[in-house]
Amino acid sequence: MELVKISEFIWEIPKSGEMKVPARIYASSNLIESVRRDQTLQQARNVACLPGIQRMSYVMPDAHQGYGFPIGGVAAFDLDEGIISPGGVGYDINCGVRLLRTDYKESDITARRKELLAEIFKEVPAGVGKGGITKLSRNVLKEILVKGAEWAVEQGYGMSEDLDRTEERGRMKDASCEFISERAMERGVPQLGTLGAGNHFLEIQKVDEIYDAEVAKAFGIDEKGQVLVMIHCGSRGLGHQIATDYIEMMENKFGYKGLPDRELINAPFKSELGQRYYKSMCAAVNYAFANRQMIAHWVRDVFARIMGSAKGMRQIYDVCHNVAKVEKHPIGGGEKLLCIHRKGATRSFGPGRPEIPEVYRHVGQPVLIPGSMGTASYVLVGTAEAEEMSFSSTAHGAGRVMSRNEALRRFRGEQIRDELAKRGVELKATSWKGVAEEASAAYKNVDEVVRVSHETKLGKVVARVVPIGVMKG
Amino acid sequence: MGPGLYMMKKRYEILEHIADGKFRAFGRTLEEALGNAALAMVSLMWDWERVRPEIKEMVKVKASNLEQLIVKFLTECLYLLEVKSFLLGGIDELKIEKVWKDNRTVYELRAELSGGLISPEHEIYGQVKAVTYNDMKIEKTDSGLVLQVVVDM
Repeated sequence: MELVKISEFIWEIPKSGEMKVPARIYASSNLIESVRRDQTLQQARNVACLPGIQRMSYVMPDAHQGYGFPIGGVAAFDLDEGIISPGGVGYDINCGVRLLRTDYKESDITARRKELLAEIFKEVPAGVGKGGITKLSRNVLKEILVKGAEWAVEQGYGMSEDLDRTEERGRMKDASCEFISERAMERGVPQLGTLGAGNHFLEIQKVDEIYDAEVAKAFGIDEKGQVLVMIHCGSRGLGHQIATDYIEMMENKFGYKGLPDRELINAPFKSELGQRYYKSMCAAVNYAFANRQMIAHWVRDVFARIMGSAKGMRQIYDVCHNVAKVEKHPIGGGEKLLCIHRKGATRSFGPGRPEIPEVYRHVGQPVLIPGSMGTASYVLVGTAEAEEMSFSSTAHGAGRVMSRNEALRRFRGEQIRDELAKRGVELKATSWKGVAEEASAAYKNVDEVVRVSHETKLGKVVARVVPIGVMKG
Repeated sequence: MGPGLYMMKKRYEILEHIADGKFRAFGRTLEEALGNAALAMVSLMWDWERVRPEIKEMVKVKASNLEQLIVKFLTECLYLLEVKSFLLGGIDELKIEKVWKDNRTVYELRAELSGGLISPEHEIYGQVKAVTYNDMKIEKTDSGLVLQVVVDM
């Protein structure tokens, strides 16, 4: 396949064959090598062939092979001519990241770090098959699917100002639970307020470096050594089941024979089935917002109990990195509503966008990029430039480079725990084998991903944070 | 005779996959291969050979094609884990019927699974989120069938 280097960090697959638009990859020469080794480029090309796609099929710096769409793929579709695809969102609908600030410095919590982590581990259910603490009725679940984090705040989980600092204010208005299967609802009941497992984690972090003091200040990040808390999880079995259900329904309705990859199955955005998927997906997004809202509340509770106060534990932001949204973007001299798919990509609106909370509107939207377990994570800020470059999107994390088998052969969970302890990082996990599978050496270097985002201006780096306590499901 | 009553030399093999889980399951029949695919999938999460058969779960799924049948049956095993805390330990019986209904072919699967409940004695070390069609293969060989499946982790 032809891959043209446009500039140091920009690569393009020119339009050919069935492609309706070119594909563009943001990567360093180092990152493009790992992308070339798997199916990412072919998948970006396949996305470029879908009906109604606008401008380009974009690939973010942390991309790797996914199902249908690549992970790190961004594609926008015309609402009339275009499609919506479960494979363009991913199975873990609204997998995302929430970041809380505190007034504490590392030195304030050093003596109680172990206790803090142990208590959080007790309060926040994690691991496979571990149910939440609340036994939900079907009616309450329906309310959550429609109201998202708003429901959680109404129930006393957190504060209404958390909603101001959440993408979509924690509630996608188009959500409906009318078209969600019984199976999906059943999987949603026991898992609300749980972290899950795999690459999901909760970290007590400290600010390691501040690159843009003014923007950092606006976000509530004041100094090096300041303690933060990051929560990374999604919509759990409910979202996974909705994706599975709609892939099947779309196959049965439209067939998959002409598709280069069955996971590219899609429906016209305005078709009945397209709208049913969109509304159900919005409901799963809301479930995940409520999920992170509850977990954040329990974390604050633990800080209040152990440290004496949770004052100043304001939410910095909450982003979703697996989602499809209707957003207004400039196209061909005018503005147009488009259905933007971000699969393993984070929205990065620049200053002035009305979707950004008022307190941040003068600087841009906070972008949260989690690293792998035990490594650095980053806070970035969205830019005006990202609008033209990627429909205002950037990377979402590190991305694996080593299989789980390989990680299990090379590492042992207990050994990773001991090495982290030497670096002053406490680790609690539900399974040591699970820890070995998620070893940071199995992931791409997140520093490199962030460097490309910063250099290309997809999202500019504000601060680097490192863990001091890690909880893994 | 159920597929659990005779044994292939090897039920499945786990393949390398950078981001997710991938395996090939073997069987002399489709039923046997599909049962082994379920065991392969749960082996990415727990050691099913150590799960004592204490409870039974019945599974029924319908699908329009074989690939869908694989996805739906394996997804049902994830449902049993998440909703009923059921750890699959063995396949007691699995039957697939191909029927003609409403002018199209429908595959109907019925299975009887045995296993136990989640408990501290069983370490759960991974999480399969979903079953995908990505790189799925259904191959006929001299000795039967091979099913290749990629699961999202």
